Amino acid sequence: MSAVDQVLERQVQGDTRFQLVDCDIHPSLKHKKALHPYLEKHWRDHLDAYGSLAHCVYAGRGGPYPRFTPETARRDAWPPNGNPPGSDLEFMQVQHLDAHNVKFGILQPIVGANNARNTDLSAALCTATNDWQVDEFTSKDKRLKASIHIGAEDAELAVEEIERRAGDRNFAQIQLGSRSVEPIGRKRYWPIFEAAERNDMPIGFHVGGPSPYAPSPSGWPDYYIEDHHVLTHSAHAQVASMILEGVFELFPKLRIVMIEAGFAWVPSLGWRLDNHWRKMRSETPRCKRPPSEYLRQNVWFTTQPAEEPERREELRLLFDLIGFDRMMFATDYPHWDFDDPQRAIVMPMTPAERQMLFHDNAMNFYANLD
Amino acid sequence: MARHIVAALAEIPSGSQKLVHVEGRSIAVFNVNGELFGISDTCPHQGGSLAAGATVGLTTSTEPGKFCHSRPGEFIRCPWHSWEFDLRTGKSWCDPRKFRARPYDLSVESGETLVAGPYVAETFGVSVEDQYIVVEL
Repeated sequence: MSAVDQVLERQVQGDTRFQLVDCDIHPSLKHKKALHPYLEKHWRDHLDAYGSLAHCVYAGRGGPYPRFTPETARRDAWPPNGNPPGSDLEFMQVQHLDAHNVKFGILQPIVGANNARNTDLSAALCTATNDWQVDEFTSKDKRLKASIHIGAEDAELAVEEIERRAGDRNFAQIQLGSRSVEPIGRKRYWPIFEAAERNDMPIGFHVGGPSPYAPSPSGWPDYYIEDHHVLTHSAHAQVASMILEGVFELFPKLRIVMIEAGFAWVPSLGWRLDNHWRKMRSETPRCKRPPSEYLRQNVWFTTQPAEEPERREELRLLFDLIGFDRMMFATDYPHWDFDDPQRAIVMPMTPAERQMLFHDNAMNFYANLD
Repeated sequence: MARHIVAALAEIPSGSQKLVHVEGRSIAVFNVNGELFGISDTCPHQGGSLAAGATVGLTTSTEPGKFCHSRPGEFIRCPWHSWEFDLRTGKSWCDPRKFRARPYDLSVESGETLVAGPYVAETFGVSVEDQYIVVEL
């Protein structure tokens, strides 16, 4: 049986009872220069001569740091043509979009565009990434929606890119990494939040992203398993920063989703911040209400890779504490830690809750899903 | 119980693996240094196809700085979340009590023996000169 036949066979076995909105699909470049057609000549020459000096060591997903699996991908996600996982629309359609009855899928490109230290180059690469998503994916399959990929470090250029795409129905959100050079709630980043709110575009913080610092507050971890884990800490810090800097008071209609950053930490973050706030709120007068209220009002979470406690009631308890209306399912296709929509999130759920988690919450959260 | 031919031995040389289908079951067949192993293909965690995974050995450490690599190729790592299963028992390395991919006993038989029957292999033309992998179900 050929690879495609095997995939087709799995597709037939797939459950098609519910429609799925997948909040995290990673498209990838067919080759290293796949963004070149979308770049002006001087940037192509610049990249050929100097390359892209990146903020952090995670710039290359391939050779120097494959992490865990080649291209960090499921080993069965390589298209028959041998191109990288996530780069072949036809294979993605068969293996994932059709097989799992995906109604809409949100693309989250991680192609190094927002990672360049040269912010002019980064902005050009982000614009190219956005053109490329439309050209290669969303214009060919209406189920896929692009992310407005921006570099946060030059907020002025980031806002220009948001304005360029905001009226375009190919885009469902603005995409940032969960790491930045300074805590993301600081004033220098506010123009991005202002543009997001004004254009009614949510912001997805995908775990990782450009930062020159070690991922752990105690430096560089020895192991990938440790590196993989400490990534989530950046999400806690960014949520706290936005709340305490008053971002959600200044931009109350802002919708934020933390993607691939886990969620068991969310109730405890709310409890701890509320406790601190009761004592020290005079220090942060822009944070006017208990921090957990902003969590409930402005922040959502995707599930993958979902916690897998031994007792399934404990997973259920987390959803109740955070709020079922805050949780959105994601697969992370084609990455190795993919969550299967039929098999992940093992816990008791009513049909209405299942519908919220796999469909309704994301339909309400994202832009242009209709 | 019936004997089913699942593949010609030459199709799965040492270091390779193949997904086969027998009576509605999907079985991942592995050839590890000439030794054959068969386990249920569906990963008991989230359902990845074990036949698409990579085989690995076992690295253990008794004290810092000392490492021991043993049983090369005798574990299959699921292509999705890399859960490891012992090909000899089908048991998950991390949670052997709860998770197990069913193992199947395989044997190698000559075409000459098989032609004498009885066996089930509608899709195979059996040649007396070749050897075949057989599972009894």
